[in-house]
Amino acid sequence: MEHLDRLEAQSIFILREAYKKFGKLGMLWSIGKDSTVMLWLAKKAFFGHCPFPFIHVDTAYKIPKMIEFRDTVAKEYNLELIVHKNEEALQEGMGPEKGRLVCCKALKTDGLQQVVTKYEFEGLILGIRRDEEGSRSKERVFSERNKDSEWDYTNQPPELWDQFKTDFPKGNHIRVHPILHWNEIDIWAYIERENIPLVDLYFAKNGKRYRSLGCAPCTGQIDSNATTVSDIIAELKNTKVSERAGRAQDQEDSYAMQKLRKDGYM
Amino acid sequence: MDIAREVLNIVVVGHVDHGKSTVIGRLLYDTKSIPEGAIERVKRISKEKGKPFEYAYLLDAFEEEQKQGITIDTTRLQFRTDQRDYVIIDAPGHKEFLKNMISGAASAEAALLIIDANEGIQEQSKRHGYILSLLGIQKAYVLVNKMDLINYSEDGFNEIKQEMNEFLNSLHVYPLKYIPVSAFFGENLTSQSDKMPWYKGESLLKAIDLFEKEPGLEGRPLRFPIQDVYKFDNRRIIAGRIESGTLNVGDQILISPSKKTTRVKSIEYWAERDKTDSVSAGMSVGITVADEFFNQRGEFISYAHDEPLCSETFRANLFWMGKNSLLRNKEYKLKLATQEIECEVISITRVIDATTLETIEDAGQVNTNDVAEVIMRTKKKICFDEFKNNQNTGRFVVVDGYDVSGGGIVSGLVEAIQTVNKFAKSELQMVVNCFDEYYYVLSEDTVKKLQGRPHTFSVGDVIPVGGQTYAYPEDFNVLDLQAQLVAKVRKAKLHDIVKLSAYDYDSVPMIDPTGSFLRVASKGEYLTFANEVEALHGSEYTKLAVFANKWLDFSKYRRIQYLKNITLPELEYQI
Repeated sequence: MEHLDRLEAQSIFILREAYKKFGKLGMLWSIGKDSTVMLWLAKKAFFGHCPFPFIHVDTAYKIPKMIEFRDTVAKEYNLELIVHKNEEALQEGMGPEKGRLVCCKALKTDGLQQVVTKYEFEGLILGIRRDEEGSRSKERVFSERNKDSEWDYTNQPPELWDQFKTDFPKGNHIRVHPILHWNEIDIWAYIERENIPLVDLYFAKNGKRYRSLGCAPCTGQIDSNATTVSDIIAELKNTKVSERAGRAQDQEDSYAMQKLRKDGYM
Repeated sequence: MDIAREVLNIVVVGHVDHGKSTVIGRLLYDTKSIPEGAIERVKRISKEKGKPFEYAYLLDAFEEEQKQGITIDTTRLQFRTDQRDYVIIDAPGHKEFLKNMISGAASAEAALLIIDANEGIQEQSKRHGYILSLLGIQKAYVLVNKMDLINYSEDGFNEIKQEMNEFLNSLHVYPLKYIPVSAFFGENLTSQSDKMPWYKGESLLKAIDLFEKEPGLEGRPLRFPIQDVYKFDNRRIIAGRIESGTLNVGDQILISPSKKTTRVKSIEYWAERDKTDSVSAGMSVGITVADEFFNQRGEFISYAHDEPLCSETFRANLFWMGKNSLLRNKEYKLKLATQEIECEVISITRVIDATTLETIEDAGQVNTNDVAEVIMRTKKKICFDEFKNNQNTGRFVVVDGYDVSGGGIVSGLVEAIQTVNKFAKSELQMVVNCFDEYYYVLSEDTVKKLQGRPHTFSVGDVIPVGGQTYAYPEDFNVLDLQAQLVAKVRKAKLHDIVKLSAYDYDSVPMIDPTGSFLRVASKGEYLTFANEVEALHGSEYTKLAVFANKWLDFSKYRRIQYLKNITLPELEYQI
C-alpha cells in the first residue's frame, strides 16, 4: 500500500468506529483544508453518505469567503449543517481586543461547549493533526472530555492496537481525531490526488496566501506565489516556518495551545 | 512525506532520565527536521527558565513536562533520512506512566532501548525490555547514552552490554546492535564519534536505516473482521478493514463463528478511483455478498480452508495497567479486533515480575504494571488467531469499568479436557456429534442437544452405539463431507478411517457425523449422492436444505425424548 492509501484507510477505520460507537455524533467543519479533507474521507467511509451533522462554530470574525464556501459545499453535498455562534458573548462585545486567548476561549471553546450541551453529543469528530503543535502531538485518537469539555492531559488512557476509548460516564464526550496521524504535506498531497474542492484563500494572490485559516483579525498571510496545489507542496517541502506561525493566538504564551486545549479548545 | 517512500515507526524506551527525549530532540535538531518556530519556542522557554537549550523540550511540550524535566505522555514526530521516512515515538520512562509507554510502543515496528552509561540497567530498562518482547517487537537497538559521564570507556560500555544481553536473551529479545552515544554532545548520533575510536559500528542515524521492515500481511490467510453493516441506500454493505490476506469479487467466503458460507458479490466504492475487484491487508473496504443473511459487527470473514480459531477460552500473556488489580473470576470486557464481549480470567497461571523475571504460580490477582500468563474465558465463542501467526487478530485489550486496563496476546487454545468427540487414526481425525443426546425440554418448550462426555476413539476402541436417545447398528460408516473422511464401525468398534477418495461403497448403513442416516442403499445411489455432493460444494443454504431433506434422515436412529428440564455441565479445563 502507498503512504496516502495507508493514511486514508486508517482514517476511514476511525470514522467508522466513531459512527458505530456513538449515537450522537457530529463532525466539526472549520471550512479549512484539514476538515474539508475529513469531509471527503467521511464520504468515502460511508459510500457517498454523511450520516451525521456537520458543525461550524462561527465566531462572526471568520473570513467572509470561508462562509461563502461553507454554504456552497453544504448545499452541494446535502449536509446537515449546524452553525453556532456564542451570541451572548458577541452581544457583550467579545473580540480579539479583549485579549486573544480570552476571545478564543469565549467564541470557540465556549461556543463549542454550548453546541455539545445543546445537542448532547457523545462524540465529536475533529480534524486536528499531531504535527500542528506540541499539545496536539500528545493527543489520543479517541480523547475523552468531561462534562465541561476539559481535557485531563496528564492522565490519558492507553490506546493500543486501534482499540479506542469508547466507555465513559454519561455527560462526558469523546473527541475523535481521524487525521491525527497525517502531516501538512500529506493533506496537500491527498487534496491533489483526490482533486478535493477547497476554499481559494489557500492560493496566492498578489504574492500572499493563507497557510492556516482562522478568524480574520488573528490570522496572517504568508509571502507566497503558490497558486496551485502542487506549488503549495513544493513550497512546503522547503519551508522552515511552522504551519501555525500565522495564528496569533498561538504566540500569546509559551503554553497557549495547551492552556486553550485543556479547557476544551479544538 | 513522499508518496511512495517507506515509513517506519520507531519507539524510544528506557528508564526515566536516561535521555530518551534528548536523543530524539538532538537527532531531529541535527537533521534539521524541526521547524524554526519550534526551536525558537524552546530557546524562548529555556531563556525564561534561565537554563541552557534543552533538546528534550522539543518533544516534551507540556508545561508540566518541562518544569519537572520528565516525559509524561508519548509524542510522535516525523523525520526523514535519504532512505525513508520515520515516525519516532517518544515514550515516558517513569513507572507511573507505563500505560503511556505501552500506548507509544504498541504501534512501533522497531525500538531503541536507552540505558544511561553511568547509572546502568535500572528497573524500567528491564520492564520496557519485557514489554517489547510481549508486544512482539523483535527489532531493537540498545543505545548506551551519556558515554561522556564514563569518559567514553569501552570497558564500561561492554559491561552494560553483557548484562543487558543476558536479560534480554532470556526473553527471546535479541538486540541487533549496541551503540554507545552521548546525546547531549551529539556523539555517534548523526556521524561517527572521534571520542570513541574503539567503536567500529554505525552511528545511530546510519543504524536506523538498517532496520528491515516486515513484509506486509497481504500474503497471509484472509482475516476480515466485520466493523459495521450499512444500509444507507439499496446496498447492504459489510464494512471493515482487511487485517490480513486478500479478497476478490466472486470469492467463496466463510463467516465465523456462525460458519455460514457465501460469495462476494461486489466491492463497493464512492470515488471512481477506488473501483477495484480485489482488496488486501490494511484497506478499509465495503463488500456486498450473495446471501443476505444476518451479519453483525465482530464476525470474521475468511476462506473456508484457512479459518480463524473459534473458542470461548484461550491462553494469553497479559500486561496490566489498571488502577485496580486484575482479579480472577471478575467480569471485564474484552475487545479483540471488532469483537466486544464480557470475559473473565479463569486462571492466573503465573505472574511474572518484569524486572527480575521471578514468577509466582497460581496467583489470585495481577497488580498494576505486572505481567501474567492467564487463561481467558469469554461469554460466547469468539474468533482469533495465535499472535505468532497473526499479530492483528492475536491481540486484545481488557476494559475494567470505563478504562482500557490490560493488553494481551493470544498464545494458544486451552487444551480443554476435550470439548468434542472424535474418531482418530493418527492424523486422520473426524469430529463426531452422533453421540449427542436430543431432548424436548418441557420447561423451555424447545429441543436441546446435550453433548456426551467428550472422548477420542481410536481404531480398536469400543463405540457407544446405543445411547438414551439414539441406537445405531453394530456395523455402520460415518461419512464426513467436511473432513473428506469415512470412519468404519464394525461390531461396535472403530475399525478404520479412510479418505473419502479411497472409499468404495460397501453396502453398510451410513450416517453423517451428527447421526443422521444417509438414504443410500446401493452403489448406484451412492454414486448419485457423490455427484450431488460434488455439485453442492460452496452452495448457498437453500440448496443445502434441499440436499439434506433429500438424503438425510434424522429420525432413523434417533428419537427425541421429553425431559422436564436440563442443566448443561460446566466445561473443565486442564491447566
